[in-house]
Amino acid sequence: MVEPMLAVRDVEAGYNPSLPILHGISLDVFEGEIVTVLGPNGAGKSTLIKAIAGLLSISRGSVTIGGRDITGVETHQLIRERVAYVPQTENVFAKLSVEENLALGALHNPDQFAEQRRRVLDLFPDLERLGHLAAGKLSGGQRQMVAVGRALMADPTLLMLDEPSAGLSPKLAQVVFSQLIRVKQVGVTILMVEQNARAALKISDRGYVLAEGQEKVQGDARSLLDNPEVGELYLGANSRLARS
Amino acid sequence: MEAYLSTIIFFLIFASFYSLTTLGLNLQWGFTGLFNVGIVGFYAIGAYTSAILTGPPYPDTLIGGLGLWFPIGFIGAMVTSGIAALIVGFITLRLREDFLAISTFGIGLSIQLVALNFESLTRGPNGMYSLPRPLSGISESNLVDNILYLILCLAIIGAVYWAFERMVRSPWGRVLRAIREDETASAALGKNVFAIRLQSFVVGSAVMGLAGAMQGNFIGFISPQDFLPIFTFQVFVMLIVGGSGNNMGALLGGLVVWGLWSFSEQVIGAVLPATFNTEAGAVRIVLIGLILALALLYRPEGILREKRIVSREARLS
Amino acid sequence: MMQFVADGIVSAALIALGAIGISMTYNILRFANFAQGEILTIGAYFTLLLVSLIGAGIGTLGPVAFGWPLLVSIVFAMAATSVVVLVVDWLLFRPLRNRKAARITLIMAAFGLSLMGRNLVTLIAGGEPQYYAFFIPKAIEILPGVRLVPDDFAIIGIAIIAFAALFLFMNRTSMGRQMRAVSENPTLARINGIDVRAVIRWTWIIGASLATVAGALLAHNTQLRPEMGFDMLLPMFAALILGGASNLYGTILGALVIGLTEAIAVSLGLAGYRAAITFMVMLIVLLFRPQGLLGEKE
Repeated sequence: MVEPMLAVRDVEAGYNPSLPILHGISLDVFEGEIVTVLGPNGAGKSTLIKAIAGLLSISRGSVTIGGRDITGVETHQLIRERVAYVPQTENVFAKLSVEENLALGALHNPDQFAEQRRRVLDLFPDLERLGHLAAGKLSGGQRQMVAVGRALMADPTLLMLDEPSAGLSPKLAQVVFSQLIRVKQVGVTILMVEQNARAALKISDRGYVLAEGQEKVQGDARSLLDNPEVGELYLGANSRLARS
Repeated sequence: MEAYLSTIIFFLIFASFYSLTTLGLNLQWGFTGLFNVGIVGFYAIGAYTSAILTGPPYPDTLIGGLGLWFPIGFIGAMVTSGIAALIVGFITLRLREDFLAISTFGIGLSIQLVALNFESLTRGPNGMYSLPRPLSGISESNLVDNILYLILCLAIIGAVYWAFERMVRSPWGRVLRAIREDETASAALGKNVFAIRLQSFVVGSAVMGLAGAMQGNFIGFISPQDFLPIFTFQVFVMLIVGGSGNNMGALLGGLVVWGLWSFSEQVIGAVLPATFNTEAGAVRIVLIGLILALALLYRPEGILREKRIVSREARLS
Repeated sequence: MMQFVADGIVSAALIALGAIGISMTYNILRFANFAQGEILTIGAYFTLLLVSLIGAGIGTLGPVAFGWPLLVSIVFAMAATSVVVLVVDWLLFRPLRNRKAARITLIMAAFGLSLMGRNLVTLIAGGEPQYYAFFIPKAIEILPGVRLVPDDFAIIGIAIIAFAALFLFMNRTSMGRQMRAVSENPTLARINGIDVRAVIRWTWIIGASLATVAGALLAHNTQLRPEMGFDMLLPMFAALILGGASNLYGTILGALVIGLTEAIAVSLGLAGYRAAITFMVMLIVLLFRPQGLLGEKE
């Protein structure tokens, strides 16, 4: 049996220990996969990724990466476990140049800087000519490239993305998703959280659907795309939102 | 016996100046979260205003020597301190909280410089003397005079305390605390956060000015040496030790810390010979600094915790 | 006319050297450090201690009334001051940070430290003014009517070297980049593997080192007093706010404005009001430009 690369077991977490947002979530990501976590607003998707990254405290359960327990890891140590994380907003250092952003990505593997930079520029050729610009001056799509590029500089085995298509036009979202396929092809496993369910599932291998801090449905991406329950979870939540 | 009583009365009168100032700071810091590092400035403005309004004529000043009745001096003190707070607050209360701290610190220093250098108004380092003491001369005895003055102080503190308690329990006070806890949310509720913070800042500073006037007229003499940054620090320690956000705590903190301060003066004075006066003062300041640091680290809520206040409207409904 | 410009630049150099530390703690530790003045003072007194330990006076460099003995003392004093500041951070600010104490609590702690620091210096070194060495400054006429003491040139030169070194450090080294990253976005910095604790240590070390240079040069130009740094606090804060708080170069520009304002005030016979006038200028700028001269709107 193949061991999962990332194993989340029965995790309870939140901003305040007495008010958990996640009520016992379990999830596996296997090497070479793209796994998407879906769910309506407030389902706890971002909370899950932040808890894995050590930004929120986990009050119960465990997180392991490659068999190593990283529950409650100090956020700045995460990159040493070769896990990179791209937050949804403010995910580039706006006042620093694109090159400086990339250099910061390779903080713990400076000897690989040239090699990783080449790899990132091969994936995102546009960044080459933008190198000297402050990242804050770029367009939304370009910023997303810088954010993902910076994360890849650390040569991670697992890349976690919080809503990579948020705030982008459908067309740009498509571009970002197709870039993620290429990231997967260079051997990086991806765990992402998305609102844009259909587009995200199309590039994913498997998916999990969360609602109210619990896992409701899981399965391979194709089956989730056709699963009426998935649509209902969204609709149900949306109609409740509409009433309140 | 009478000597002891006289010392205690004198101590209590001074404690009441500090307690009243601490009460003013509690409105700003305890209830609104405004960090005023220029307490001594507002205190000094009050003292000088009242001195100019009530004091005798001096040969070398432009205005002053008005010799007015002391309540006019006290009210004038509140007005000028309030106006100074209005100006500083208007400019800085919209900005990051640090800017208010820095600006009030600047006010404190600037007022001292004006007191020191603007000789035709303040008589500079020579100070203003022979200020009339309210309620004096009613009896023959100095002790009775002091007791009467203490009663006046307590009456003023009582009135301010009563007013503040009413204010913080009113809907206005509820908004105040809401702002302190979460400015953005209060703004989203359509509250004019800026105006309410400004009101709190101005009222608190006016009370500090009143306390300054009470001290100036009691001693009968003020000079720039009476208004050093250490005063601001003492008042903050009083509020933190007493329990910020609790008006009774503020009064208590004023009494307790002033007691410790005076007591340590006696003890260190008895231990060290008079030639080590500077050193003795420095030791006391280091000690009070340690008290503050320990309070911040180990008991940030003070002696009396903040009460959960339910406003009257909420209780009725 | 030109004289006050020359005087203003000298005092701006000293203000800027001190204010860099305020700017860095403000942007990285995120509070206004009211104890920065005492860091200058402690740096100046450590320099005094080292000058007397070395026992070679302060030397001369050509026409300049200080030389290697003073410069070497300053370098060692930078290290000593940094150690003191790091210990204080460890004892006081670190526990407050770990408790996620409000920014205001940090400011208050700093305010208390400031008072304690001044009085500890009084206790240990005495309250009377002291001097590194006795010398008679000889002014040189550099332009008709503009006289400068060679030491003033040296001070401006040292400040320029310090700013250039700082600029290179912030832009060309990994730690410099990390500091800018934390100052902009601490959470993203952590995600990126930056150890914020190391960044905080460097923040204190750089701030304390430059403050030591400022304190020692100020003391050389005037005298050592326990209040010498505290008297610099308002001009330093004013430089920070004028320059736009979030910007290191803005702080240097702000210091220039403050230095010149002070010099004008002195030339108008308002020396006693110097700090108050500085403060008024700061308030007026804030009224019309709340983000400062070089600051960005939030």
